[in-house]
Amino acid sequence: MKPEELEIKAAAEVAKQQAFDARLVCCSSTGCQSSGASEIIANLKAELKARQLDTKVQVSGTGCMGLCSKGPLIRMTSKTQKDILFSDIKPEMAAVVIDRVVAPVLGGATIESPDGELETHFLDLDEPFFTMQDRIVLENNGRSDPEKLEEYLAHGGYQGLRKALTMSAEEICKELLDSGLRGRGGAGFPTGLKWDLTRKVQSDVKYVICNGDEGDPGAFMDRSVLEGDPHAVIEGMLIAARAMNSTNGVFYIRAEYPLAVERVEKALRQARAAGLVGKNILDSGWAFDFEIRLGAGAFVCGEETALIASVEGKRGTPRPRPPFPAVKGLWGFPTCVNNVETLANVSRILLRGAPWFAGKGTEKSKGTKVFALTGKIKNNGLVEVPMGITLREIVETIGGGTGTERKVKAIQTGGPSGGMIPEHQFDTPMSYEHLQKLGSMMGSGGLIVIDDKDSVIELARFYLDFCVDESCGKCAPCRIGGTQILKMLDRIVDGTGTTEDIRKIRKVAKAMQKASLCALGQTAPNPILSALKHFESEFTERLQPVETAKA
Amino acid sequence: MSTPIDVTTTVKVAAPKAAPKAAPAPKDEIIALAQKWKKKRGSLIMALHDLQGRLGYVPRESAMKLGRAMDVPLARIYEVVTFYNYFKLEAPGKYIISVCTGTACHIKGSNQLLKGLEKELHVSEGQSTPDKEYHLQGVRCLGCCGLAPLAAVNGKVYGKLDTSESHYLIERIQEDKPMVAAREEIAAE
Repeated sequence: MKPEELEIKAAAEVAKQQAFDARLVCCSSTGCQSSGASEIIANLKAELKARQLDTKVQVSGTGCMGLCSKGPLIRMTSKTQKDILFSDIKPEMAAVVIDRVVAPVLGGATIESPDGELETHFLDLDEPFFTMQDRIVLENNGRSDPEKLEEYLAHGGYQGLRKALTMSAEEICKELLDSGLRGRGGAGFPTGLKWDLTRKVQSDVKYVICNGDEGDPGAFMDRSVLEGDPHAVIEGMLIAARAMNSTNGVFYIRAEYPLAVERVEKALRQARAAGLVGKNILDSGWAFDFEIRLGAGAFVCGEETALIASVEGKRGTPRPRPPFPAVKGLWGFPTCVNNVETLANVSRILLRGAPWFAGKGTEKSKGTKVFALTGKIKNNGLVEVPMGITLREIVETIGGGTGTERKVKAIQTGGPSGGMIPEHQFDTPMSYEHLQKLGSMMGSGGLIVIDDKDSVIELARFYLDFCVDESCGKCAPCRIGGTQILKMLDRIVDGTGTTEDIRKIRKVAKAMQKASLCALGQTAPNPILSALKHFESEFTERLQPVETAKA
Repeated sequence: MSTPIDVTTTVKVAAPKAAPKAAPAPKDEIIALAQKWKKKRGSLIMALHDLQGRLGYVPRESAMKLGRAMDVPLARIYEVVTFYNYFKLEAPGKYIISVCTGTACHIKGSNQLLKGLEKELHVSEGQSTPDKEYHLQGVRCLGCCGLAPLAAVNGKVYGKLDTSESHYLIERIQEDKPMVAAREEIAAE
């Protein structure tokens, strides 16, 4: 494909969509699929055909629209009326949706307030849940069909790559550095800097790896991006490859995400056929291709050296750094591992410019972040918000609080590597630096809300148990330390713990943080330490009575 | 808790063909897949995914054949298979009930759900019923946290479950004709 053809194809797709009077998009991500999204799409098509409206209304699937607990969601856009979002739609409701809303709107009516059967199936798009979000990574979710390359092109797809092909590797790295984008997998290393380090290493072979091994239990941002906008990640990897003069690309995706794998495979096939991946990309003479490798259920493989070992077909155990993967990575060649969400930001930054991206967020945390908001929260789902928004705005305004009579007690950010933040600190802005100051971390984007009935000890134990189970066993501080803390914690839960146990937990935790080989062991004590810091009384209440008296 | 991850969500094959008495795959099938992956460097894990996708688990005999065909020592194969949660060494039951034990599900009572199912099926987590009809397992986050608590049965997700009504889940599995039909279709292929 020649670069100019991108516009021609995009224009053709826009014209095709505009020929329809209305468009119905149904969420087709894993969650909504399980609630019958495919049947809904099929039924909508059949019912429209039966009413001879299939030439007027387009039906398609789309990526996650966010409010997963109210799925399947359908969004209707039309030329005459404000967008409508339907929730909790069942396959057998297709006819009602068409007769009560779609057909009247086509006939010129304006649907203000829903009635009858659909009364409880409307969502107000003016709710803060929608209006307070700022979507960059998720911008195509809810408007494009992830399975169609043309729809991605219609929204400026692969234009970032086109621009990258006119820039030098150094210029691309500089643009990324200026944008302030930091790794979205958790650690927050500046992406431009990481690329620049890899770029400077001389080698005939260099790898770019997309880390899609989303292991944090309670997080599904990367799944949603891979399922909802696979081309954005592919484009981001192509640009990364240009910036580092890389020669090979690898997608490493969790095997537990079959739909994400399927969508990426499909997108790669489409991109190859269109000349966007493979030989002579966009008629530039440049060649680059990808292979897909599947994870097999090991949390530690989120760590880059462990991930590289896994791509090599070995046990996923980390190794000491340096040498960093930028110097010696996959098969001994320079390698750059980037997270899915990081890569999905790239083409947009290149297209709209670093100042646009750097204009969002705080001084040290730029842009937006996608969060999976779950637990005891009313609006359960996926949100993308600008950095710097307060935790309270996320939990109370966007999330709507617990949705029950119970009060929010704390949130856990960063999954098993993060910490608990009590409600009285919710006015903290969401940023890498602020969360770190509170003893937690940004992590990949899991936000678990607990209410005043939930026990922090129980949650800390859950995470520690997870880390003990997932420890690869290579280094002693993580392998032994985790198990020992878990034992002491179990004593406290049983009521046989002593103040000595609490003292030792802190001591062992410190050793783990300092001496573990990789981030899994270094961060595993975070949940328990933060629980002790903010809710120590919950622990002391459960100690042996005698000991408590002595203390 | 040992948590083997849902085998049925493998990429190429929607559900494993594994019958309880699953005979090892025909020799040529294993050799074919070994040859397919042997050319690609470091593809042992992919070959094992392929194998498990066909058989539902990694039988020792098949692992030995695969190793010979790929020039990989059996010890290396076992080293990998036992490291990753996803790979199974024993044949699972017909209906693999994977209760998600991710954080969101945990907070919403996945433990009670798992205990209820244990009681209902008279098995412990990680075991199959004697008739090999059901296999119960706790698995890592399935990424559908908005539907917590949830369980996946042969890859199909049942969300927003009531933790006190585990019997209802089993009834739903039995009644879920489309899923059974899909499995039979695969078996017939």
